[in-house]
Amino acid sequence: MKFAVCVFPGSNCDYDTYYVIRDLLGQEVRFVDHNTRNLEGFDCVVIPGGFSFGDYLRAGVLASKTPLGHAIVDFAGKGGLVLGICNGFQVLTELHLLPGALLRNEGRDFLCRNVYLRVENNSLPFTRSFEKGEVIRLPIAHGEGRYYIGEEELKRMEEGGQVVLKYCDREGNVNPASNPNGSVGNVAGVCNRGGNVFGLMPHPERACEDLLGYRDGIILWHSLIA
Amino acid sequence: MKVKVLILPKKGLLEPEGRAVREMLRDEGFSVREVRVGKVVELEVEEGTDVRAIAEKYLVNPLVEEYVIE
Repeated sequence: MKFAVCVFPGSNCDYDTYYVIRDLLGQEVRFVDHNTRNLEGFDCVVIPGGFSFGDYLRAGVLASKTPLGHAIVDFAGKGGLVLGICNGFQVLTELHLLPGALLRNEGRDFLCRNVYLRVENNSLPFTRSFEKGEVIRLPIAHGEGRYYIGEEELKRMEEGGQVVLKYCDREGNVNPASNPNGSVGNVAGVCNRGGNVFGLMPHPERACEDLLGYRDGIILWHSLIA
Repeated sequence: MKVKVLILPKKGLLEPEGRAVREMLRDEGFSVREVRVGKVVELEVEEGTDVRAIAEKYLVNPLVEEYVIE
């Protein structure tokens, strides 16, 4: 598979992501900068974490209005796989490729720690190597990760399998105590209706080697090439 | 001409920054019912520029924010 890793001014997980794809997955990967207009030839576009354009105005909005932002919309429209991690998730909501918005964490803190997540939908190209209902552990690092969407729309998304990951405890219980940032319904990751665009706040690229203590993240990357 | 777009989090939406400011003001002895912290975007534009379109398409996320043009 051929991957593109998007680089906006202020992206800061781009090299971690590039490393995982090239060195751990052994796949072809290229950086594409914010002026890129054409993503033809790629199979999967990854929007990495960071603070694109300094989070000015709203996290992700300035990145969404770049030539690369428009190219990502075209690419997704043709069925290409798009993965947005953390700031990448915020960019995808601003591109309207994913529903909802990401707001300041309920507790106002920047959260940098490990969380447990329950895999709600394992039928996606991004999650097919997980079991349905499996509890995994990944790190989060965000100040604006509180997923918000109206109740009705959330219900429709749940029914349609668009809620992919939920914050939970070690046993897989989804409740307010296991919700780190106040997201509606403990939502940590969602996909579009077509299942080819996936955004999540946790960082799978940071949990890929035993050296780092855990490697649940690599399963997500393996799903893509399975 | 100068135009200001005042952007605020939608009413009823949990807004941690406003809540923190409200608590601080209450602790300081003021009777404050609600605080919302937003932002102001000041634009210098030609007469007739569609500021509403700019606001709705770029400056505001209508899912979570509301705005006033001054």
